[in-house]
Amino acid sequence: MLNNRKERWHMPKPKVAFYWCASCGGCEETVVDLAEDILGVVEKVDIVFWPVAMDFKYADVRAMPDKSITASFVNGAIRSSEQEEMARLLRQKSQFLIAYGSCACTGGIPGLANQFSRKQILDFVYQGSPSTVNESGTRPQTKFQDNGRQVYLPEFRNMVRALDQVVEVDYYVPGCPPTPNITKEAVGALLAGRLPPKGSVLAPDIALCDECPRKDSKPTNVSFKEFVRPHQKILDPSLCFLAQGVVCMGPSTRKGCTAQCPSGNMPCTGCFGPTSRVKDQGAKILSSLCANVEPKDEASIDKVLEGIPDPIGTFYRYGLAKSLLRRKVNLPAS
Amino acid sequence: MSEITENNVSTGWSPRIIAFFCNWCTYTAADLAGVSRMKYASNVRIIRVMCSGRIDPQFVLEAFAKGADGVLVGGCHPNDCHYVEGNYKMLRRYRLLQRMLSDMGIEPERFRLEWISAAEGDKVKHVVNDMVEKLTKLGPLALDQKQKDWDKEVQSLEDDVHAQQQEGAVAHA
Amino acid sequence: MNEQAKNVWNQAQAMANAAYRARRRNVTIDPITRLEGHGKIDIFLNEQGGVERAYFQVPELRGFEVFSIGRPAEDMPQITSRICGVCPTAHHMASAKCLDSLYGVQPPPAGRKIRELVYSAFMFEDHALHVYVLGGPDFIVGPEAPAAERNIFGVIGKVGVDVGKKVIGMRRRLRELIAYFGGKVVHPVMCLPGGVSKGLDPADLPKFKQLAADGLEFAQFTLQVFKDIVLKNPEYVKLITSEAYTHKTYYMGLVDENNKVNFYDGQLRVVDPNGKEFAKFPVEKYRDYVAEHVEPWSYMKFPYLKPLGWRGFEEGPDSSIYAVAPLARLNASDGFTTPLAQKAFEEYFATLGGKPVHHTLATHYARVVEMIYAAERMVELLNDPEITSKEIRTIPTKTPSVGIGVVEAPRGTLFHHYETDERGIIKMANLIVATVNNSARIAMSVERAAKGLIKNGEISEGLLNKVEMAFRAYDPCLGCATHSLPGHMPLVANIYNHRGELQRRLEQH
Repeated sequence: MLNNRKERWHMPKPKVAFYWCASCGGCEETVVDLAEDILGVVEKVDIVFWPVAMDFKYADVRAMPDKSITASFVNGAIRSSEQEEMARLLRQKSQFLIAYGSCACTGGIPGLANQFSRKQILDFVYQGSPSTVNESGTRPQTKFQDNGRQVYLPEFRNMVRALDQVVEVDYYVPGCPPTPNITKEAVGALLAGRLPPKGSVLAPDIALCDECPRKDSKPTNVSFKEFVRPHQKILDPSLCFLAQGVVCMGPSTRKGCTAQCPSGNMPCTGCFGPTSRVKDQGAKILSSLCANVEPKDEASIDKVLEGIPDPIGTFYRYGLAKSLLRRKVNLPAS
Repeated sequence: MSEITENNVSTGWSPRIIAFFCNWCTYTAADLAGVSRMKYASNVRIIRVMCSGRIDPQFVLEAFAKGADGVLVGGCHPNDCHYVEGNYKMLRRYRLLQRMLSDMGIEPERFRLEWISAAEGDKVKHVVNDMVEKLTKLGPLALDQKQKDWDKEVQSLEDDVHAQQQEGAVAHA
Repeated sequence: MNEQAKNVWNQAQAMANAAYRARRRNVTIDPITRLEGHGKIDIFLNEQGGVERAYFQVPELRGFEVFSIGRPAEDMPQITSRICGVCPTAHHMASAKCLDSLYGVQPPPAGRKIRELVYSAFMFEDHALHVYVLGGPDFIVGPEAPAAERNIFGVIGKVGVDVGKKVIGMRRRLRELIAYFGGKVVHPVMCLPGGVSKGLDPADLPKFKQLAADGLEFAQFTLQVFKDIVLKNPEYVKLITSEAYTHKTYYMGLVDENNKVNFYDGQLRVVDPNGKEFAKFPVEKYRDYVAEHVEPWSYMKFPYLKPLGWRGFEEGPDSSIYAVAPLARLNASDGFTTPLAQKAFEEYFATLGGKPVHHTLATHYARVVEMIYAAERMVELLNDPEITSKEIRTIPTKTPSVGIGVVEAPRGTLFHHYETDERGIIKMANLIVATVNNSARIAMSVERAAKGLIKNGEISEGLLNKVEMAFRAYDPCLGCATHSLPGHMPLVANIYNHRGELQRRLEQH
């Protein structure tokens, strides 16, 4: 098996595809931001599919033999039937399917929509919004007849899913977006055949605190008398956020991003996802922060916890779709 | 150690509660209840932990995700923790976790924290019976089944695509 | 299935696709290339083989406004930036201004200047991306050029590798400036109500000053390239001014008190198709002037001028459709506050026959003019001694309730409107996002281009690119337009004959 894989790398240039599902385009930007470095990559691979920059069609992909694409990097979450189809198509045609970016890995920020029903979204956008004028109650239709003309729109699903909740995924490159260095390393590892076990996340397996420039001021015994929301005080650019009473997801998030957000003087929000030893990122940070709250009685504890008014948005900002609960439980199934 | 037996309720459904009891206090109390032959609802599966402070919120979430209708945590009274601070940690986590569960549509009654000392066997009985009664009124959570239902829409596409491939029809070029 | 059987099966399916297409005779442009997002065009032919109707559809929706409910308002700059990874800074900035409004707090001068500096760098970089990589290649390489060349590589082929390196290098340096203040360039983190999180260290000032100076030179160089390659080419000028790409709508943009263009702040000004001022109002009154209309065949809504009521997809003074983005901003204003941009502004109108300019493709030219303004603003701000001050944030003290923030994004006017409870937790969020302001006009442009170009039922690939050009000139960001998850299925165009049968389907990735 291993020999086969190594052999493959000596064949003519490996074929690579980039695709985006429900994505903001930021992951594509990162690939472009490799800038001059990307030319080094482009030389070594044959890009067979990259909608944002090149003119290949779906039919071209369908015509490829199964497993003929060496690696497909798919970013974006899955919310519509078309996205599911494309995910399946690329899985069929690729040796390795790689979930690229937080949305593909864990559902991303759009995963927060799992706290709401599809109906709530449609009702607000097409009726309830303060600037929408829609007396007739028109709604977008999946099939619409206009003077004998029939037009179609795709259906979108009741919930947001990560890529591996639809197809089998081989590797994960985390981040919102993944940083150029993480991307380079991932691609480099693939090209060199240095493949970790299937299912691995291609980022270091240790918390962000390890590479954060504020590490030295991280308190060994932190005791929260209050949680301060970032806009409520001036943030010290050199001190650990936890020491300032500000919630930082660093302790529950993988490193690998070089702590970009702290370098912009804002706390980490968790986009690289948890380490391999954690099942539910939000639960872990909740556990850690709460355990270190100072008071011992309910009323005082609650007062401190008022500083975290939105645990879902704060702890599961990028990973609600892959959390243990996945979705608000009392929403309809369809 | 309580036996794990299914409760034969005539309506057919009865809540399933996962209980995490701390070794030094609540678990001992449950033992006491058993030894004293106190009768109480057997809907509860007890998991012994050394301290309520050991309880990782992931356990609670996973219990719900796997089909528990309720999660009960029993620890030592404030000031009595065998490891000094552990029960306070549990209390702090509990306050936020309960709020978070509620934001996800899980009613606060389903997640309960009680301080039960080693001698309070009858408190175990009362708490469990009370929780079963409340949850019976609320109905099942059955999140494991719900997640399967949610995923039917993805399965339906899988079946569709499969069917189309067999007919030779094309979805869209 | 063994290997051979699989190959045979795939081949059979490919042949089946082709046969199916031939039989059903559909025309679908799917997907549109070189834009951000997902779009679909359905074209219906009449009995003569001409176009009866074309529907421009955007088939995606994410629901940012709804899942923002329950979020702390101070998280919104980072949450809403995920609407778009190409223009995250626009959302970040609009959201920041909305928070200022929400909390009734103003940044100290240095805080505001840093925001403007980052924003100018972003506008410059984004416009450059469009000119050289997205829409520009249509002109620089040519609309008739083979698809394989109509991209950045073709541009480099045309203008030379050195220029190519300059473009890539300039883009990289500008993005480094954004990352300096914002932590990261895609989804920056800097803005908070009342200011920014990070200031400018005086030690870093010289390199940014150099960047601004180089940037201004590059912007002027870009204008020269545009003049040499596009304006001096009569074929292109004919294309730009042709009927197929012209619409007489209203125009909207942010202006300062002297009606000069300002990307970051000001009042909204609307001019009618003859260039006369129709309205000028503070952003807080946006709902009196802007309303969104819903059609059943698209997830994207269609904004129009509320005082006039929805009048359908029409143009001229009887319509209520308005446009935004560079073309509109130049029409809706009286000029720029900076000298070189002002000169370019005057030259622009002189070249195109006076105000207002209704030619959609002239947007490319307007975009270059705006690049010059953005660069000049960067120079101004970096030479302002206050830019290195440490006073970059005012801590809010008032209780929040309602906020409205508007900026000019590269692709048009961007509205953020939040309502919160007394803790600053979002109760309602309404977003009208740049490209969507143009949606009615885009739909009309697509239909007009299709009608102008498809005759006697003859459809060609080159024609489709010309339809796409109408579309691409708006530099549409469809992810933004529907605050949706762009599932990037690029543009599909279906063409139906008069019996409603799908005649042809064209796809372009």
